[in-house]
Amino acid sequence: MSEHFDILVVGAGPAGIAAAVSAAAAGKRVGLADDNPAPGGQIWRSGTFQPAAARRWLARLNAAPLVRLQGWRIFDSPQRGTLRAERNSDCRDLCYEQLILATGARERFLPFPGWTLPNVMGAGGLDAMVRGGLPIAGKRVVVAGTGPLLLAVAAHLARRGAKVVAVCEQAPLRRIVPLTAALLGEPAKLLQGIAYGVAARGARFFTGCWPIAVNGREKLESVTLQRNRKHWDVGCDYLACGFHLVPNLELPALLGCRIENGFVVADDLQRTSVADVFCAGEPTGIGGVELALLEGQVAGLAAAGRTAEAEKLARRRKRQGFVHALRTASVLDPQLGKLASDTTIVCRCEDVPFAALREHANWRDAKLHTRCGMGPCQGRICGTAAEFLFGWSAASVQSSIRPPVFPALVSSLGASAKETCQSDGLPSAGASTGSQKEIL
Amino acid sequence: MSDRWDVVVVGAGIVGAACALECASRGLRTAIVEGRGIGGGATAAGMGHIVVMDDSPAQMALTHYSQTLWQELSDRLPRDVEYEPCGTLWVASDEEEMQEVHRKSALYATAGIATAILDSQMLADAEPHLRKPLAGALLVPSDAVLYPPCAAGYLLREALRLGARLYAPRTVLSAQAGKARLDDGSELQAARIVHACGADAAELLPGLPIRKRKGHLVITDRYPGFVRHQLVELGYLKSAHSLTADSVAFNVQPRRTGQVLIGSSRQYNTEGPAVDAQILSSMIERAQWYLPEIGALSAIRAWTGFRAATPDKLPLIGPWPEDDSLFLATGHEGLGITTSLGTARILVDHLLGEQTKIPIEPYLPSRFARSEAHA
Amino acid sequence: MPDPVRSLALRVNGVPLTVAPGTTVAAAIMMAGAPARRSVSGEPRGPLCGMGICFECRATVDGTPHQRSCQILCAEGMDVRTS
Ligand SMILES: Cc1cc2nc3c(=O)[nH]c(=O)nc-3n(C[C@H](O)[C@H](O)[C@H](O)COP(=O)(O)OP(=O)(O)OC[C@H]3O[C@@H](n4cnc5c(N)ncnc54)[C@H](O)[C@@H]3O)c2cc1C
Ligand code: FES
Repeated sequence: MSEHFDILVVGAGPAGIAAAVSAAAAGKRVGLADDNPAPGGQIWRSGTFQPAAARRWLARLNAAPLVRLQGWRIFDSPQRGTLRAERNSDCRDLCYEQLILATGARERFLPFPGWTLPNVMGAGGLDAMVRGGLPIAGKRVVVAGTGPLLLAVAAHLARRGAKVVAVCEQAPLRRIVPLTAALLGEPAKLLQGIAYGVAARGARFFTGCWPIAVNGREKLESVTLQRNRKHWDVGCDYLACGFHLVPNLELPALLGCRIENGFVVADDLQRTSVADVFCAGEPTGIGGVELALLEGQVAGLAAAGRTAEAEKLARRRKRQGFVHALRTASVLDPQLGKLASDTTIVCRCEDVPFAALREHANWRDAKLHTRCGMGPCQGRICGTAAEFLFGWSAASVQSSIRPPVFPALVSSLGASAKETCQSDGLPSAGASTGSQKEIL
Repeated sequence: MSDRWDVVVVGAGIVGAACALECASRGLRTAIVEGRGIGGGATAAGMGHIVVMDDSPAQMALTHYSQTLWQELSDRLPRDVEYEPCGTLWVASDEEEMQEVHRKSALYATAGIATAILDSQMLADAEPHLRKPLAGALLVPSDAVLYPPCAAGYLLREALRLGARLYAPRTVLSAQAGKARLDDGSELQAARIVHACGADAAELLPGLPIRKRKGHLVITDRYPGFVRHQLVELGYLKSAHSLTADSVAFNVQPRRTGQVLIGSSRQYNTEGPAVDAQILSSMIERAQWYLPEIGALSAIRAWTGFRAATPDKLPLIGPWPEDDSLFLATGHEGLGITTSLGTARILVDHLLGEQTKIPIEPYLPSRFARSEAHA
Repeated sequence: MPDPVRSLALRVNGVPLTVAPGTTVAAAIMMAGAPARRSVSGEPRGPLCGMGICFECRATVDGTPHQRSCQILCAEGMDVRTS
């Protein structure tokens, strides 16, 4: 089955919502595909607050004349102008004239002894679980790692009744507050207030502090924290630990969009190196909600042919000095790359320990010989970690990109693209079945 | 700067690694040069089916010989090689294909290979997820499955343990007259150079009758027991025995991990490694015809690789007539994982002037040099 | 007594459990106190990312294995199995 759109937007976070709403307002037939149960992306979904901007844009989205493809996960592009999506066991081809990629970012995880135990989660991860119904009232939580999410998550969990025992930020707080403000589109003052609010409920803030081990048998019982040269144990029920964000580049890479320094290259109008493919938000550089909204609008207008308006917005962006502030600002302490012991699992899908990876020269060799990254997460967790641990470049992580970019049913992967999207009747590759002598 | 060796092997795919190990274990001073990763070429793409094939007597001799060498080695293979003697089921969908089952069975018997003929019910019991009814199958219990990159890694480590030396990552820019020139400007001198460059063979030795033949594979998440044997169709019999057209066939493998590996396709004249949606879809369609429930499994990866195909579908093993120092070990098409061990054994036997266990003549590269001279 | 409109009944490893609508299967598994899965070497594992990326929360839902439980909402009568 297939559906045709003038403009297809992938990702219903701030950038994608802004793009879809803008393009639909310009009178185009717009589809908005997103793999989560609800729109909002990671930021608005997992954020503490319902910022005014979120409420405003979600309302616009609800009012916009566009096709919402919520819960659909894009995993392939079987031919030019077509993306293939799956939801449960349904499979659909989404055909487009113009495509806007707003695939957002995910948390970065780094391995340390015990990080695989149940109840050790990402910061955004625990937050999402709580929003998904996990009871948190009265539970002792340590929030750790680095980046803008930590404070927001700590505040949210505290408000839900969690006992936030400690918030451990690897970087200095004065650097994190402005970043958090940018990411969530909230004034720094407000956040500072929130931070004090969390503190007032009994949490301790540590900077230059991180977990070096998690202790427990079947699940987390306590976490060992380190600050300067001192370490100590903290009993807790959950550790919410993430190390900033990494962009989701799999789909742009599959489509052949140029990627430099770990981000999709886009021009002032959010055009990528591939004709008719635009990119907005985190994949072009992690710059926070306001920038994502702006980029989304620019992409939506530009894709809809409203070039003058798009250019005007793009100029505003320059004038206001929006930058991808978070690209370089939050550098991971190199010590974080040394926490894993020989036996610490790095690849959680295939249980590949740190020592097995260290012997290899690059990601591909490690993958082939240890099975690292060969599991269903396709290296999204371990590849990102290996990049930091071993300096294996992002390019090598992305160079092996092939469909399916997410696991999909064999039948979805194999569904024929023949009868879809074919206004111009592309010639088929002409595979004949079983017409051969050799088998292997 | 120059180092002297008895043998320099170019390429550390499974064939090169096997050759290096054979040389080292026979006391030859051996170097092996690899431009990319160990087992990173066709070896990384292969299915790892260790299989006896009977397209021609020569193919059967080499695959059978090699298979017994794998069996001898199997006790020593480390866990990561995932050697699993699961056997092959050649699946017959109708009576015509059952006749092929009987023919194959008789032929294998003459070679001393035990087989069993399964009727429709026995096949259904052996592989409950196959469609019903099918006519039956030929079971070849001595066939096996392994994970090729780690097999190549193991062979190479053994060679290094016996004193061979690895140059990697180093590309050989030219190899002739006993000299191999590397991309760092150094040169290796050797009495013999073994050319084991797989599908890239013609880059180093233009004029070799080798073409790249692309293949696609898909692997699923873990479903232990979904299939129990390597399953291969006999359905190709009814269609043209085409050597040129793009084609797909039902060929499904159980991995030790419980994953299901789905093959396979064959295409000429496509250089790029990109996954081709049309081919993938025909291949999966074919697999779904035989295994109706396979569509409901989760596919986690798809990839492609290039086989080194020769015009007569037999590998090139032995001296290259135009250069006394040069030996070839390439052109293994879709059977190089299987035939790596046999290739290495007869190559080194021949190189040392010893008697080979099976006749080497059908594989000698001179068969092409001759025909070209006459053309 | 559970309000039939405000709660859903499902089973996790055969044990009955009542949750609020909108609860993810991953959260239900955690409430039941079970690890979502055993890793390939037998370690207990639970959700990590909460957003469908890490595949640590895989469980068998209504007979279908390898389902990311954090992306699925609980439904009345659902049968969830962890390994
Ligand atoms: C889809 C598919 C399925 C298959 N299934 C099976 C199967 O089930 N069973 C089976 O037996 N076979 C199978 N095969 C075939 C098998 O994979 C190959 O025959 C085998 O891997 C060939 O090994 P090789 O060492 O000759 O080549 P390769 O593995 O390609 O090794 C050649 C090596 O040489 C290196 N090299 C090349 N040029 C240079 C240079 N100038 N300098 C330095 N290094 C160089 C390359 O980097 C490479 O590592 C399959 C192949 C494919 C594509
Ligand atoms: S918790 Fe990561 S996929 Fe569900």
